[in-house]
Amino acid sequence: MQTIDLTEVGLRETNATLHAQSGDTNQTVWEIINPRGSHAIACGLNAPIEVTVRGSTGYYCAGMNQQATVNIDGSAGPGTGENIMSGKIVIEGDASQYLGATGHGGLIVVKGNASSRCGISMKGVNIVVQGNVGHMSAFMGQSGNLVVLGDAGDALGDSCYEARFFVRGEVKSLGADCEKKEMRPEHIAFLKEILAEAEIEADPSEFTRYGSARNLYNFDVDNAGAY
Amino acid sequence: MNKHDPKGIPHTTPRQSATFTQDVNSDIRRAAATGIYDIRGGGAKRKVPSFDDLLFMGASISRYPLEGYREKCDTNVTIGGLNASNPIELDIPITIAGMSFGALSGPAKEALGRGASAAGTSTTTGDGGMTPEERGHSDKLVYQYLPSRYGMNPNDLRKADAIEIVVGQGAKPGGGGMLLGQKISDRVAEMRNLPKGIDQRSACRHPDWTGPDDLEIKILELREITGWKVPIYVKVAGARPYYDTTLAVKAGADAVVLDGMQGGTAATQDVFIEHVGLPTLAIVRPAVQALQDLGMHRKVQLILSGGIRSGADVAKAMALGADAVAIGTAALIALGDNDPKWEAEYNKLGTTAGAYDDWHEGQDPAGITTQDPDLMARFDPIEGGRRLRNYLKVMTLEAQTIARACGKNHLHNLEPEDLVALTMEAAAMAKVPLAGTDWYPGKTGTRY
Repeated sequence: MQTIDLTEVGLRETNATLHAQSGDTNQTVWEIINPRGSHAIACGLNAPIEVTVRGSTGYYCAGMNQQATVNIDGSAGPGTGENIMSGKIVIEGDASQYLGATGHGGLIVVKGNASSRCGISMKGVNIVVQGNVGHMSAFMGQSGNLVVLGDAGDALGDSCYEARFFVRGEVKSLGADCEKKEMRPEHIAFLKEILAEAEIEADPSEFTRYGSARNLYNFDVDNAGAY
Repeated sequence: MNKHDPKGIPHTTPRQSATFTQDVNSDIRRAAATGIYDIRGGGAKRKVPSFDDLLFMGASISRYPLEGYREKCDTNVTIGGLNASNPIELDIPITIAGMSFGALSGPAKEALGRGASAAGTSTTTGDGGMTPEERGHSDKLVYQYLPSRYGMNPNDLRKADAIEIVVGQGAKPGGGGMLLGQKISDRVAEMRNLPKGIDQRSACRHPDWTGPDDLEIKILELREITGWKVPIYVKVAGARPYYDTTLAVKAGADAVVLDGMQGGTAATQDVFIEHVGLPTLAIVRPAVQALQDLGMHRKVQLILSGGIRSGADVAKAMALGADAVAIGTAALIALGDNDPKWEAEYNKLGTTAGAYDDWHEGQDPAGITTQDPDLMARFDPIEGGRRLRNYLKVMTLEAQTIARACGKNHLHNLEPEDLVALTMEAAAMAKVPLAGTDWYPGKTGTRY
């Protein structure tokens, strides 16, 4: 395992070192120590490597991630995993707002809670939160799945498109054009699969599915009050 | 005497209201019939103080000119040298503004790339991501990073020659884009990850940052991901240009793109276009002042857009302190948009050449602002590119003509002292003297 002391090496060189890893690198396991809440740690990775950050991170850790697995052994700041394309991000603590914003693919797992706007504008990413998610989560979510084992705050899935939301606990309120939906066998199967991938144990049958009512897809003056 | 009045009492002449004009009345009737606000493309159509209200003085006894066609007048500009290891080097200071694939057809985007490259300048993506056509045909391509993040991916980000973080647009400061169902074709839907045929309303705020402190961190992230190689622009609408420019520079922008209300949009509410934002003339001096106050004028480049049409506009923008300009609507007209040769078809759509602005409906007779395969086939990207190159060359020659007449051997050497204003409003906004005086509103310490 390669260890980088961020305080000594600095952000630019740390990221440049990780960016230099290609698909056939032998140095597949990395550890970053002393992150001290720095921003943009391990962002823009594009190789099948595993990076563990020992401590809490600032904004945009693992932003735009491709292929890599990034473990955050602490809590994560705003915009962690934003626009993730593929790979996996695991946060041992809590995640701040905008987790996985606009993510196109891959998996993000939060062992604690995620704050507001978790999965905002998600475009294919799967997000599993073991605790609760804050208000406006999955706002304008286009595709992908948000799985919440705890509760969801106000306005879940506001103005969503085809993203799906599975919540085991309570939903404080649903956002515009978001509605409760039927759980069919394929949804149970999906949950079983994604929970296994997230290495979290839970009974898929305890979840409720939510998604777009598709009433606001095309403008209708009679719906103006919904905005 | 009115022949219809049996008593012979004189009638007053029928008088149209200056408040309830025929245009206004038609707006009211349309609203009453539909229940929906009017959506259209383009920029502000109302008359506002503009570069037309400024004149160059030219040479005189105190200033001597350069010989046309003999003495050199350079036009090149470098953008982004402050932080980027690969700044953008342009032959001419006229760039192509961001316009999306989706709003425009693929061939139209290709033509913009062809024309810009042939003229030695850059073109810009838009809300919808980067297409292979425009990357392939653009020597220098600026990748817009927008609130919607449609089609945004790090592979394209790394292919870009510069990144433009879009905070606002002159046609709709504070608003997101619109792309209505008629234009969400299979390809557009796939690129944007949206269901086909929906009315797509882009976000107006970035999903993962708010405010200038966050912007600084976002710029850091983008630089880290792209290895500090390419310039990062910040595009703002003309709203609070002094403060927006200041905050963009403090957040680390290499260039500020400032877009006035005459700048076009693919589609938004008419009320937004006409009633929100500032005229281009009014925004350039406060932005330049902000750069000067920070000691960053000419270090952080200012790119001005919004209704730039001619070499005279280019020269005036640069005389007021801009480093470059961007054109959008004018570029589309050069490609063939609103060409009178399609008049019969414009008439069928209830409009006329020059006034056609229902770009969101996807029925553009010129085949430019459409995703309809039959209409798109009318547009030849090679010919379009040639026309755009010609137009850019003419604008450059015009600007050089003026600069030489003012005795300048580079467009950047034009200065406010070369200008006068024709109106009080223009004098106040541009901070150049009213023609025939040495005074402008707000200027202190003069004999007047």
